[in-house]
Amino acid sequence: MVFNTSDNSRINPQKFALWSAMASIVMMFAALSSAYIVRQAQGNWLEFQLPSMFYVSTIVILLSSLTLHNSYRSFLAGKEKQYKSLLVATFVLGLGFIVAQYLGWQRLYALGVDLKGNPSGSFIYVITFLHVAHVLGGIACLIVAMFHAFALKFNVTKRRKHRFELVVHYWHFVDLLWVYLLVFLMISK
Amino acid sequence: MSDIITYDEKVLIEENGFDDHFHDHHHEDKYKSNFISTYIFSMDHKMIARQFLITGMIWAIIGAAMSIIFRLQLGFPDESLAWLKPLLGKWITINAETGIGSLQPEFYYALVTMHGTIIVFFVLTAGLSGTFSNLLIPLQLGARDMASPFLNMLSYWFFFLASVIMFYSLFLSTGPFSGGWTAYPPLSALPQASIGSGAGMTLWTVSLVLFVVSVLLGGINYITTVLNLRTKGMTFWRMPLTIWAFFVTAILGLLSFPVLASGFFLLMCDRGLGTSFYLSEIFVGGAALDFAGGSPVLYQHLFWFLGHPEVYIIILPAMGLVSEVMAVHARKPIFGYKFMVYSILAIGFLSFIVWAHHMFMSGVNPFISNFFVVFTLIIAVPSAIKVFNWIATLYKGNLRLNTPMLFCIGFVSMFISGGLTGVFLGNSAIDIQMHDTYFVVAHFHIVMGIAAFFGMYAGVYHWYPRMFGRFMNETIGKIHFWATLIGAYAIFWPMHYLGLAGVPRRYYRFDSFDAFSSFSSMNQFITIAAIVVFFAQILMVINFFYSMYYGKKMTTKNPWGASTLEWTTPINAGHGNWDGNLPVVHRWPYDYGKNGQDFIPQIAPMAEGEEDSH
Ligand code: HEM
Ligand SMILES: [Cu+2]
Repeated sequence: MVFNTSDNSRINPQKFALWSAMASIVMMFAALSSAYIVRQAQGNWLEFQLPSMFYVSTIVILLSSLTLHNSYRSFLAGKEKQYKSLLVATFVLGLGFIVAQYLGWQRLYALGVDLKGNPSGSFIYVITFLHVAHVLGGIACLIVAMFHAFALKFNVTKRRKHRFELVVHYWHFVDLLWVYLLVFLMISK
Repeated sequence: MSDIITYDEKVLIEENGFDDHFHDHHHEDKYKSNFISTYIFSMDHKMIARQFLITGMIWAIIGAAMSIIFRLQLGFPDESLAWLKPLLGKWITINAETGIGSLQPEFYYALVTMHGTIIVFFVLTAGLSGTFSNLLIPLQLGARDMASPFLNMLSYWFFFLASVIMFYSLFLSTGPFSGGWTAYPPLSALPQASIGSGAGMTLWTVSLVLFVVSVLLGGINYITTVLNLRTKGMTFWRMPLTIWAFFVTAILGLLSFPVLASGFFLLMCDRGLGTSFYLSEIFVGGAALDFAGGSPVLYQHLFWFLGHPEVYIIILPAMGLVSEVMAVHARKPIFGYKFMVYSILAIGFLSFIVWAHHMFMSGVNPFISNFFVVFTLIIAVPSAIKVFNWIATLYKGNLRLNTPMLFCIGFVSMFISGGLTGVFLGNSAIDIQMHDTYFVVAHFHIVMGIAAFFGMYAGVYHWYPRMFGRFMNETIGKIHFWATLIGAYAIFWPMHYLGLAGVPRRYYRFDSFDAFSSFSSMNQFITIAAIVVFFAQILMVINFFYSMYYGKKMTTKNPWGASTLEWTTPINAGHGNWDGNLPVVHRWPYDYGKNGQDFIPQIAPMAEGEEDSH
C-alpha cells in the first residue's frame, strides 16, 4: 500500500526507497573496504593470489545481468517466451555465481588461507560472504519475478513493468557491487 | 495596529486544496480497522509516532533509574543499599557482620553501560527522531501518510524486538553487557573477558543489529516521503525547519548505521568464529589465546564513524523542534531561515569527518589527529550560527513563556554550555588531560543528553494537543522545567571541576584514591541533585498520562496560532489526515507578524502584491 498523493513526485517512491537502501548497502561495504585498508597498513599482512575461481564467478554474474537486461527488454517488447526463458537463465546464472563463490572459498582454503588465520584472509571470507548474502536477497527477488512471469497471465502493464524494474535494478546493483569488490581486492594487494 | 484576520482552514482547504481521490482509492483498507490494527499493528504514522514515544518513555524511566542507582554508589559508597535487594537480587551483597548491602562492582559497570546504551539509542534516537519524524513529516508536508506505511510499521516493531531482547538481557544470571556503551574490544570481543561479555554481550549485539534495521527502515521511509510526497506548493524552501532536520538526520542514519553494522559483523566473527579482526595476542589467566594480529583501534574507527554522526542524529531533530516551537511562541519568523538550513546541511556533512576526535588518546597518529582537530573546531561554526539565530529569534519577540517555549530557551542555554566544552575537547593537546574524565561526561550530558531531552520536551508539550487532543498541565510543566534546568546544571556543572582535577569516568568508587577522595561532598551533592531531577521527570510522566484523560480539551484546530499544516487537520484526524482535499501551500512556514497580521497559515494564498518573505 503506497499513498502517492502529490503530482510533483518525479521519481517513483518505491524506486527511490530501493536506491536509498542501496546507498546504505554501499556504506556497509565501504566500511569493510576502509577497515581492510587500515588493517593492511598496520603490517603483519599475508600476501596471496586470489583463486581464479573468483574471476569465473565474475563472468557468470556479468552474464546474468546481461540476460536479465534482455529479459526486461523482451518483456517490454511483448516477447513472452524470450522474457520467460531469459529470466530463468538469469536465475540459473545467479545460482551459478553462488556456487562459484563457494568453490572459490574452497580453493582459498586449499591454498592454506583459513578464516581464522591472518586477517588478510579473514577479510576476504567476510567480504565475499556478506556479498553473497546480498545476492541471496536478489535470488529471492528473482523467484518472485519468476512467480509473476509464470503464474500470472502475460500482460505488459505499468504495474508489472514497475515491479520488474525494481528487481532488475537490485540485481544490477549486486552485480556492480561484486565488480567493485573484485577490483578492490585485486588492486589493494 | 494589527487587524485580526482569522483563517478558516476548512474553507481554505476546500476552495484551494486539491482532490487526490483519497476516498475513491482507499475505502477498504482505510476504514476497516479494529482494535489490533488501530492500536497495535497500526500503519497510521500518527499512531506509530505515539508508540515510539511511549516505548521511549518507558526506556527513559528505566535508564534514569539505573543512573540513580549508580549515583547512589558514587555519592554514598559506604551507605547500605540493602533496600535495593528486592529489585537487584544477587547484585547486592550483604555483609554478614555489619548488615551493609553493597552493589557488586560488576553490576555497577553493567548499569553504566546499559544507561548509556538505552539513553543514546532507545530514548534519544528512537524515542526522539522516531516519534517526531513519524508525527510531523506527513502532517507538515501535507501527505496522507509515509511513502510506505508498512515499512514504517515494521520499523517500530524491529525497535520493539530490539527492546525486548535488551530488556531480557537485564535479567541474565551473568548480567547484561558491562563494557561501556561503546562496546570496545577486547571486553566486547572476548566472551570470557568479564561476566557481562558472554551472553550479555551476545544479546546486546543482537538487539542493536535489530535496532539498526529499525533505523534504516525508518530512514528510508522518511527520506522517500520528504522527496516524493510533498503536497502542491510545498517546495524545499517552504519546508519547516523540523522537516529539514528530520530529513538530514535520516540521511545521516542511512549512511552511518550500516558502518556500525559492518563493525558488529566483524565483532561477531571474532566472538564466534575465532577470527582476529580486533583481537591481538592476549593472555588470559596466564595462557595465550589463539588470536593474532588484530587491532582494537579498527573497531574504534568503525564505531565512531557511526558514533559521531549518531550524536548529531540525536541533536538535529531536537534543533528542528526547537526552531519550530520557538518561532510559534515568539510570534516571529525564525531568524535566518536559510542559514539554519545551510547550517543543518553543513553539520550533517562535517559530522562524517570528525570521528577520530574520540580517539586522540587511542594511539592514532598525531599528524592525522591534526586533521580531525581542524574539522572538529570548524563544526563549531554552523553550531554557533544556529545559536545566534535562536537568540536573534527571541530578541524583541512577543514571547509566550509557556512550557514549550521555556524548554526551547533551556535548550539553547544547554547547547551553548555544552558546545563550549566541546571546543576544549576538540584540541587534541588539551584532550590528553581531559580524555576519559568527568569533563567529557559533563560535556556530552549537557550538549547531547540534556539538550536533546529539552528539545524533546519542547516538542512533547507543543504537539501534545495534536497527538492526544488535550493539553498538558501548564503548572506542572513549569515546575518540571525549572527543576530540570536548575537540577541539570547542579548535576553536570560540578563535573567539569572533577574532570579538570583528573577524576576518571567509569570508576566504581573514589574514596580510596588519595587524589580524588577530597571530592566526596561534591559527589554527594551531584547525587542529591540527580535524585531531585529524577523525580521531576516522574512528575512529567504523571502529567503526560493524566492529561491524556483529564487534560484541558483542545477545542479549536489551531490553538497555538501556528502557520504549519499539521494544525489544519481535524482535531481527531483519522488515517489519511485530511478528510476531503489536501491542503495546497502558498508560502513559507514562518509568516508571523507579517504586514501587521499575527500569523498567516501556509495554506493562505498570497495577497495581491504580496511577496515571499525570504
Ligand atoms: C561544538 C562542537 C563539539 C565539539 C568540538 C565536540 C568535541 C568533542 C570531543 C573532542 C570529544 C571527545 C572527548 C574525549 O573522549 O576525550 C567529545 C565527546 C563527546 N561529544 Fe562532543 N563535541 C561537540 C558537540 C557535541 C554535540 C552537539 C554532541 C551531541 C549532541 C556531542 C556529543 C558527544 C558525546 C556523546 C561524547 C562522548 C562519547 C563517549 O566517549 O562516551 N558533542 N566531543
Ligand atoms: Cu564526536
